[in-house]
Amino acid sequence: MALQKTSNSFSVQELIQKKKQKKSKILQVEKIVPFVLLLTAIVSVLTTLGIVLTLIAETITFFTKVPIQEFLTAQKWYPFSETQGSYGILPLVAGTLKVSMIAAIVAVPIGLASAIFLSEYASDRTRRIIKPILEVLAGIPTIVYGFFALTFVTPLLREIIPSLEIFNALSPGIVIGIMITPMIASLSEDAMSSVPNSMREGALALGSTKFEVAIKVVLPAAISGIIASIVLAISRAIGETMIVAVAGGSTPNLSWDVTSSIQTMTAYIVQVSQGDAGYGTTIYYSIYAVGFTLFLFTLGMNLLAQFISRRFREEY
Amino acid sequence: MNATIEKPRVRLVMTDTNRDALQNKELVYKTSELNLWYGDNHALKNIDLDIYENEVTAIIGPSGCGKSTYIKTLNRMIELVPGVKTSGKIEYRGRNIFDKSYGVEELRTRVGMVFQKPNPFPKSIYENVVYGPKIHGIKDKKVLDQIVEESLKGAAIWDEVKDRLNENAFGLSGGQQQRLCIARCLAIEPDVILMDEPTSALDPISTLKVEELVQKLKKEFSIIIVTHNMQQAARISDKTAFFLNGEVIEFTNTDKIFSNPADKRTEDYITGRFG
Repeated sequence: MALQKTSNSFSVQELIQKKKQKKSKILQVEKIVPFVLLLTAIVSVLTTLGIVLTLIAETITFFTKVPIQEFLTAQKWYPFSETQGSYGILPLVAGTLKVSMIAAIVAVPIGLASAIFLSEYASDRTRRIIKPILEVLAGIPTIVYGFFALTFVTPLLREIIPSLEIFNALSPGIVIGIMITPMIASLSEDAMSSVPNSMREGALALGSTKFEVAIKVVLPAAISGIIASIVLAISRAIGETMIVAVAGGSTPNLSWDVTSSIQTMTAYIVQVSQGDAGYGTTIYYSIYAVGFTLFLFTLGMNLLAQFISRRFREEY
Repeated sequence: MNATIEKPRVRLVMTDTNRDALQNKELVYKTSELNLWYGDNHALKNIDLDIYENEVTAIIGPSGCGKSTYIKTLNRMIELVPGVKTSGKIEYRGRNIFDKSYGVEELRTRVGMVFQKPNPFPKSIYENVVYGPKIHGIKDKKVLDQIVEESLKGAAIWDEVKDRLNENAFGLSGGQQQRLCIARCLAIEPDVILMDEPTSALDPISTLKVEELVQKLKKEFSIIIVTHNMQQAARISDKTAFFLNGEVIEFTNTDKIFSNPADKRTEDYITGRFG
């Protein structure tokens, strides 16, 4: 087939031939590219492995100094006395769990309700305004939230609960909840918005109200994304450091009381890292043991999330 | 005799249709001077159509002629499109569906719909069928089981799925999914079933099954079906409306419209000269 040329100067095939020299170089690059990309992928895998291995190694050293039974079962975490030190992780775990649960109680309902509003009720315009604001909230440095908890939320709560201590679990818990709400709202909204409209139409055509469509069709269809968002947010709450370090106090205690001073695993690590615990001391190794415990918690959360989302996935 | 038919108004309804009034067929939908706009786009212009019970009414016409818009107006699904405005009246069993007091959920509980692309919920086959009854408050497991069996039998899919009711509906073939959607619709025992090109995404064998099903269902339901396929309209419908550019050009008995169309444009479309 002869193309009609506007000028008689060139042939496309000739031009391609001319470029062929260069192209062999391009082909070589093509071969290298996957290796380069693989290397970059390996970097993050190796870093993770390195962190885990260091954690494990130092944790093992810690357990040569402190018996593992004591670590898991002792009721007191009191590492600062050389002679009568007690290394029971439970009080720190209790602190972390209390704060995370309060955060979840605050964040899950508000986050889900916002997600349902944004995905099912809000007009495009409203969504375009509100979603970026939510995402900005997620970008506020956590130290600011810490101050907010200590200087605003705690005094406010003390008006209602006079027995509340200055440092407590309730205030940082609520503030962490506020901090992770946008995360749940935004990620759940993404999951719900990606449910095809045809399903909403199918349900509406059967006489469902908008709310029934949201709760009985969209929510179940998006459940794996929603669970992922909640677990991610709770992992974030478990790992949250600054807010609890500023507003939670530094008194590890094993109780369900939310009004008194606590210490979480993260806050303990901060306390020791800031102080003058000498290299090689039991206290120094204890932060690795606590760090490893923290890691197991978030790992557990992630595995749980994967299990739940596989189990309840509604594919579309 | 149905008094509403006797109103001295100029209607596009042909005399053949009026004959049904004499046969004591009840009027289901009476559309009068319906206009619809998408923003500034005048999509339906002065539609007058009467739809009788226990009949299959086919709506044919080229793409963009307003046939899907019209059928979606009948259960007010069209209102999901932003910027839609309507004027005129659609009376369903004597009551204007645009009345403020007429709840859209109430209307859609009486008027079911089957969509162009099968849209089962990502749930089990059983859950798909019981969705409608459940949201309308039926909780008794025995009743639900019975509804599932009857609906799936009604949609001619029971034998294929009875052993795997708890499997996800997405494991079914496209044709089975569409019949499941019909079963889901039957589960709330609607009065009218609207079908918006229900076979356009299906293979010929599945299409045939759905067509046979429509024939069977018209004994109990009134069916309005939009179709691109003129042979399909000819095969399964009792009456056919030909839409063009948002207007009803011709509406009469199917055998008449395909053998002896009154309007030149209908003839051109049916003989394949455009569209």
